[in-house]
Amino acid sequence: MEQIAFFVLALLSIASALVVVTNRNPITSAVALAFNLVSIAGLYMVLDAQFIGLLQVIVYAGAIMVLILFVIMLLNLREEAQAHPVGTFQRVLAPVATVLFAVAIGRGVWLSTPPVFPAASAGYGTASSVGRELFTTFYYPFEAISLLLVVAMVGAVLLAKKKLS
Amino acid sequence: MIDPRLVLLVSAALFAVGVAGVLTRRGAITILMCVELMLNAGNLAFITFARLFDGPEAQIYVFFVMTLAAAEAAAGLAIVIALFRLRGTTDVDEINLLKW
Repeated sequence: MEQIAFFVLALLSIASALVVVTNRNPITSAVALAFNLVSIAGLYMVLDAQFIGLLQVIVYAGAIMVLILFVIMLLNLREEAQAHPVGTFQRVLAPVATVLFAVAIGRGVWLSTPPVFPAASAGYGTASSVGRELFTTFYYPFEAISLLLVVAMVGAVLLAKKKLS
Repeated sequence: MIDPRLVLLVSAALFAVGVAGVLTRRGAITILMCVELMLNAGNLAFITFARLFDGPEAQIYVFFVMTLAAAEAAAGLAIVIALFRLRGTTDVDEINLLKW
């Protein structure tokens, strides 16, 4: 059961990632990315990280994707401009380099990772265990990241508001 | 039970697809979306290792990466909007003022 769920979700995530990269229409890309994020949330669930999986759906597939889709609609972007088509050099070499890259990482992890998961400890991945860790060991990083969010928000408002000339 | 190596292979494949997108695409927003793909591939590897070594810390890292991605998306999209106002395009080949 877990196996089937994993293979289906893995296939869906890779297929939707390919759609994100190959499709010309930014809106299709964005929808495929949302699909990809949801299937990765499913993979988190399969790996017993329920809380992070839920966060993924709410924060990524919800908030961030709405932001991206909103900007695409706002700027009324349709097909990617053909003024500067990707050169043959890039078109041929990028997939080759990508496959080589994936093979290099994949070989490394395949050789250095044990082939089975150990049994999960009690309460693994629940909101309470993640939350306890977050507000004890990682309390200062948590405060720092909230500061970063404020800075990003102020920066975004300033950048989008100001009339550049 | 699932083989952890397979999950890591999926993560590597997703990351590579994201890299290919950044290398070949021309739209600034599409490139941002490909960066999100790569961040997610990293998160998937984090979650796999968290489960493998039974450590909740890696799940916290994923939480931080998500926050960072939200900040990156907000700032990046604001830059795209400012650029679109200024140049009327989001084509990164048109935006080369700082390019040597």
